[in-house]
Amino acid sequence: MERIIVCVKPVPDPKDWDRLRLDPVTKTLVRAGIPSVINPLDKQALEAALEIKDARGAEVVILAMAPPASQPVLREALTLGADRAVLLSDPAFAGSDTLATSRILAAGIRRLGTFDLIFCGNFTLDGSTAQVPSQVAELLGIPNIMHVSKMELAAGKRLLVTQKIEQGYVRLETGPPLLLSFTKEANKPRFSNFLEILAAEKREIAIWTNADLNLEEAHIGLKGSPTQMADLLVRQRGRRGLRLEGSPEEMAQQLAEKIHQMGVI
Amino acid sequence: MDFKLSEREELLRKSTREFAESEITPKIEAMEETGEFPLDLLKPMAKLGITGIIAPPEYGGVGLGYLARTIVLEELGRVCAAIPMSIQVHHMAIAALNDFGTEDQKKKYLPPLARGETMGCVAVTEPSGGSDLLGMQATAALKGDKWMLNGRKCFITNSHTSAYWVVIARTGEGPKGLSAFIVEKDAPGAKTGRAEQKFGLRGSNTGELVLANCEIPKENILGQEGGGLSVALKTVSESGRTGMAATALGILQACYEEAGKFASERVLYGKPIAALQAISFYMAEIYTELDICRLLCYRASWMKDQNMRFDTESAMAKSYTCDAAARCAKKAIEIHGAYGIMKEYKVQRLLRDAMVTISAGGTGEIGKVVLGRAALAPFQKKG
Repeated sequence: MERIIVCVKPVPDPKDWDRLRLDPVTKTLVRAGIPSVINPLDKQALEAALEIKDARGAEVVILAMAPPASQPVLREALTLGADRAVLLSDPAFAGSDTLATSRILAAGIRRLGTFDLIFCGNFTLDGSTAQVPSQVAELLGIPNIMHVSKMELAAGKRLLVTQKIEQGYVRLETGPPLLLSFTKEANKPRFSNFLEILAAEKREIAIWTNADLNLEEAHIGLKGSPTQMADLLVRQRGRRGLRLEGSPEEMAQQLAEKIHQMGVI
Repeated sequence: MDFKLSEREELLRKSTREFAESEITPKIEAMEETGEFPLDLLKPMAKLGITGIIAPPEYGGVGLGYLARTIVLEELGRVCAAIPMSIQVHHMAIAALNDFGTEDQKKKYLPPLARGETMGCVAVTEPSGGSDLLGMQATAALKGDKWMLNGRKCFITNSHTSAYWVVIARTGEGPKGLSAFIVEKDAPGAKTGRAEQKFGLRGSNTGELVLANCEIPKENILGQEGGGLSVALKTVSESGRTGMAATALGILQACYEEAGKFASERVLYGKPIAALQAISFYMAEIYTELDICRLLCYRASWMKDQNMRFDTESAMAKSYTCDAAARCAKKAIEIHGAYGIMKEYKVQRLLRDAMVTISAGGTGEIGKVVLGRAALAPFQKKG
């Protein structure tokens, strides 16, 4: 059976972002007390995998690198219809940048054995680098298509993929082995139906540590990360007011000129 | 005691909340305007498992219990109470058929109801009233191999959207003279009467069912002849009151959220009004009522899941929660000041919706009759 691996990242719930704080010393997000959810675009990736599973049968495996407390997020991914989940979790993974994260995910994928497709969200809401999918594909030596805004099934295991580019769209026919990363337009993710919630209770969440992956400590975690955070600043969102004076006609004239100057029209 | 919900229940809540926020919210305006139930939501709700949540899996349902149902109805009610109002009555029809139906009846009627292919309703109330069950005037008489039904049922939730009606009618005298029947909407002599225009729960359809020499097959009696009172009482007390209470609980949760958000954003005297002690006391009251009601509602449903007798607890949950929802909606409106009575703001709908839950599904007063009896039972002299 076709096997599709969906990479999922637990991120702080966007609904609680106003409660997020930056730690001034470590320059990291203080996530304590903020519930985690599936990174929104990862739901698009999972939906695409489930569409293939519904249409022609496939095993859908969830893969995540996260602390052990993220298990409910993986459980939720299982309730959407994934068959099993693997959580890569080890204190040694902490502080990994996108490259170290990609190494860890790629090692997890290798340990899973065979696969046909790897699906990711185009970027994660918390980091927003959009670097991990391409790096994972590169490490595995497989082709990679980013910005997938539509996926259709073709004959056999082939896929018709629409890729969003700056000038428009590119339509590609492609097939496994392949990594795709999806945008919001790709599909409408389903809701967890109650029967799947019951069925997911019997599905396994395996936890693999670095003892399972055998990665060199110099390649993972903070030590294995070439990117080091120099500084992290909170954007100050002040409003710049513009006060117009004069008669209504004069103010309208000034406003029109201002808009023109700004290049809005 | 364990007050913690399981991971399963939390997932049910999350899934229903996401569904309600994304799929029901866009329909609210049309519901408010037309007073019609959005039938196109039935399929997606069925796909999720909402329509068949308490129906056994062998009849196309999910087979979850009443606590799960309460959580799901609460989450739907948090977004728009008209939806769980209709759905909980749909569940009442499922419960009546499942509790009292023959194997053939269950096989025929439960799967389409569980899968949301149509809706069900339970018709007890008549123009003469719903609380006085024994004053019922609709009749059913056996004519050869058919039952002939005559009468008029009113204020029936899902009247115009249901293909299957569970109808209580008189087959004899006294309490043992009531029987329950399954009437298909296309049966000869069965028709819908007027569709009511309510001021709250607008998107939940309410109307009349008219039975004029309505003929149904002899085997469409539900339960024993003369057993109609049990069908009505068990269904209303178990699935009706818990369903109504859960709907009102959703309204109460919405009151809390709307009031809390507004109080924290509305600035007066240079700071959010939440900083005013008067407002914070209102919030404290809503917060406490919400917790009381949630505990009452969950306990009643949990008792049903444990196969315990819970008619007192379901009456308490129903009468207290529906009243509390209206009280808290009023407070939420007052917190909003003049904004609270504007149609653009959700709180005014919450009060209208809460008011409807008070008399629906067994009036608050009938609930108190049940509770008064239970409260005084230990003091009654024996013999």
